[in-house]
Amino acid sequence: MSSPILGISFGNTSSSIAYINPKNDVDVIANPDGERAIPSVLSYVGEDEYHGGQALQQLVRNPANTIINFRDFIGKSFADCDTSRCAAGAPAIDIDGKVGFAIKRGDDVEERITVDEVVSRHLNRLKLAAEDYIGQTIAATVLTVPTDFTQAQKDALAASAAKVGLKIVQFVAEPSASLLAHAHSFPLNKSGDANVVVADFGGVRSDAAVIAVRSGIYTVLATTHDYNLGGDALDAELVEYFAKDFEKKNHCNPRKNARSLAKLRTNAITTKKTLSNATTATISVESLCDGFDYHTSINRMRYELTAGKVFSQFAAFVTAAIEKAQLDPLDIDAVLLCGGVSFTPKLAANLEFLLPETVAILGPQHAEATNYPNELACQGAALQGRLVADYDDDELKEAMQPVVLNTMHLQRAIGLLDGAGEFVPVILPETSYPVQKSILVRAAKGDLLVGVYEGESHIEERTLEPEAKDAAAEDDEDSEEWSDDEPEVVREKHYKAAQKLIELGVKGVEKGVEIVFNINKDAVLRVTVRDLKSGAVVQGHL
Amino acid sequence: MLSLPALTSDITVAVAPGAKLTEAVRRPVEPVGKDFMHHATRTLRNHTWSEFEKIQAEKNVKTVDESNVDPDELLFDTELADETLLAHDARDWKTADLYAAMGLSQLRYKATDNQIIKAHRKQVVKYHPDKQSAAGNSLDQDGFFKIIQKAFETLTDKNKRKQYDSCDFVADVEPPKKGSEYDFFEAWAPVFASEARFSKKTPVPELGTLETDQKTVEQFYGFWHRFDSWRTFEFLDEDVPDDSSNRDHKRYIERKNKAARDKKKTADNARLVKLVERAMNEDPRIKMFKDAEKKEKERKKWEAGAAARAEAEAKAKAEAEAKAKAEADAAAAVSAKADKKKAKEAAKAAKKKNKRSIRNAGKDNDYFGDAADAAAIDEQIALIVDSLDDEQLVEVAEKVKADAASAKAALQEAAKGFVASGKLTASLVAYFA
Repeated sequence: MSSPILGISFGNTSSSIAYINPKNDVDVIANPDGERAIPSVLSYVGEDEYHGGQALQQLVRNPANTIINFRDFIGKSFADCDTSRCAAGAPAIDIDGKVGFAIKRGDDVEERITVDEVVSRHLNRLKLAAEDYIGQTIAATVLTVPTDFTQAQKDALAASAAKVGLKIVQFVAEPSASLLAHAHSFPLNKSGDANVVVADFGGVRSDAAVIAVRSGIYTVLATTHDYNLGGDALDAELVEYFAKDFEKKNHCNPRKNARSLAKLRTNAITTKKTLSNATTATISVESLCDGFDYHTSINRMRYELTAGKVFSQFAAFVTAAIEKAQLDPLDIDAVLLCGGVSFTPKLAANLEFLLPETVAILGPQHAEATNYPNELACQGAALQGRLVADYDDDELKEAMQPVVLNTMHLQRAIGLLDGAGEFVPVILPETSYPVQKSILVRAAKGDLLVGVYEGESHIEERTLEPEAKDAAAEDDEDSEEWSDDEPEVVREKHYKAAQKLIELGVKGVEKGVEIVFNINKDAVLRVTVRDLKSGAVVQGHL
Repeated sequence: MLSLPALTSDITVAVAPGAKLTEAVRRPVEPVGKDFMHHATRTLRNHTWSEFEKIQAEKNVKTVDESNVDPDELLFDTELADETLLAHDARDWKTADLYAAMGLSQLRYKATDNQIIKAHRKQVVKYHPDKQSAAGNSLDQDGFFKIIQKAFETLTDKNKRKQYDSCDFVADVEPPKKGSEYDFFEAWAPVFASEARFSKKTPVPELGTLETDQKTVEQFYGFWHRFDSWRTFEFLDEDVPDDSSNRDHKRYIERKNKAARDKKKTADNARLVKLVERAMNEDPRIKMFKDAEKKEKERKKWEAGAAARAEAEAKAKAEAEAKAKAEADAAAAVSAKADKKKAKEAAKAAKKKNKRSIRNAGKDNDYFGDAADAAAIDEQIALIVDSLDDEQLVEVAEKVKADAASAKAALQEAAKGFVASGKLTASLVAYFA
């Protein structure tokens, strides 16, 4: 086999690379320092270039020559970029209308590099790490990009990658890639149909996408972005907490000194990560400010209270995405958490509290989800890379044509009336057609009526007796003040048959029937009922 | 569990009048995943769903062929053949289907030692109490695991396996029902194949086909009539009490076991004899051979009476031949006579012709330049001609035909010859002499 197609997720804060190894497993590749989430940081000391974790350490000593958070700048004009996010590292400058960085290499040699060049160097380092690991040269990759990346940004990325000999076979939207990777190891549910919110909480920004999965085909119903909400906001809360504590103890403000602040931030990040796994963590910084050392411990509860506001923002961000898709939380089957922040248990806890019980919160704490939510996107990219490796360029280009991508989506569920007269959806709304679905009714016996209807869903609200235990709530996290006496509202999603389409009659069934629903590209619904024992077929079409 | 309402009116297909799907919305789908690529192929190639499924199925078959799966793995059961085994009491392991417990319900006695080891490993990984407790079952629900271990112990010991295989009635193939219609070879080949596993002698001859020759078929039934089976029924023995307190009871049980074993063995042998007898009766080849033998006998009988018939036939033949010969001879004589006459006439004609050509020699050759003596020359030539005998006639006629000089010379020679022999006087042939 020729060299594999690499999957790269390129983030503002960190990047990951993955490939499908010869055993057909997804392998996330660690760089020579052993990092699987490789910080997207480049740092220059004289002639030397540092990358990843080593570069991140330079942020304390050598911030002016350390480039951070540069991903979003690619392919954009300087005026359109929020360059303040690079404040902690090398300042962004304007080079011919593009964002660039001025780096000192040696005593008075200044190098001005555009963001395109920075991306090239970063991708090259990732490529080298992958080649080291696999032992083959890598020439092609599938790259993940946020859903709001423009074509110009993708073109700029492709050009930067081409400079270091990497051909980008396909750009994949980050949420789709994450969902693909998740569904690869944990099939969503029996029918394979679900509405999933993919919430990607990164370092500096958050993205959410509501994706309808129908027979393995993903349709993005809505996306939301927040360019200021992310792990850094949590870090800032922690830094603020520690700084206050330090100031109280030592009467010296570490926030005034950039270096102290950088030291404190680095250690706060470590503490934050520790708190995701342990209930208490210590922070210890030598000579934080004015020669005073800082040492203290913090427990998870304190951290969650301190950063409570940010956490509720995360949760609100997810509900906003659901609202934007014009869906009810009850329409959602799962929230897939990805990105580094997802490690924090409080995030999932908040969402569980906020959303109905029917919604699975697929974070690292969930049994049916990956333990490494930050690696999902690159795994998805690698899976897609493996898939497209079987197709040649022309076939891929053909497959990406609008005529293929833009398909018709049903707006109402199609289903059956069961024995109790209830509507049972078979094909859910937002299913793209052509599509085929079949259901088995094993218990069926005798002469039967198969009534095919179009259905409508509605949310039913019921008020329960006060003594019942609470399940859903509209309140914030102040659950201590929650009293059981309040009447509780239970919301449930129900379908009802709206329009009769076809009725089929089958006779003398002995061992159950299979009912196949097929909608072809001309929107013709065809329902076939097949007797499992005799093989007799009744077919009707609209 | 989904149920369907009962049919109340007599309909097969009824499309609701005016029914129409709600207007669909065009949206982009995400170009990721296998299902999208399938969707793309379908859209671009204009395949219908069923066409596409067919193509995919063909592709899948190929990939399965190409994949390097352990061929043994494919022979093992993918899931437990008998779910009730899970609840089987481990103390009653002897009544459990040990092959099914090992996931070898398809292979049974055909399983090789290597396959047994592999299958055991696979089952242990799946049903080990540690694994089960991880899945939420309590640790003491290890009955099935104990059965697996017992099965492994039994099947890996050569002697124990023989005993178990002997009593593995699941592997026995029942002969076809009497009186039912069936293809003899299709129905009986597996029966004999399963019985063959107990043979002490190997290889066991195969049932063969309709084309198999008589000798092989006879050998086959000969083998089965003298079948030597190692089948033993020790596995069904009642457990012999292990305590030494009651030796008599122990011996009693042992004796009882032996008697039961012998009885079963005898019954099994009788069963086999009956089975082979029935197969032989129903074998179309045996019937065919019998028919052939009958025909052969009839032929021989017919042959024996044939000698006398042959003699009479030969006599009649000889007579006919003689008659034909006589007829032929007569015909030949007639034709020979005619031939002779014809030749004579031809010779006569030739002579006449020769004479005429010699007589005309003078005239034809302008009388050799002596036209004045024409009358004398003609007269003399006529004399010479008359004197010439048959042979000379031919000779001279030949020469005369050539030219004037040789004609004259030939005539002169003949004249001189006659003068010399005194047949003619010189004066009569003065011109030539």
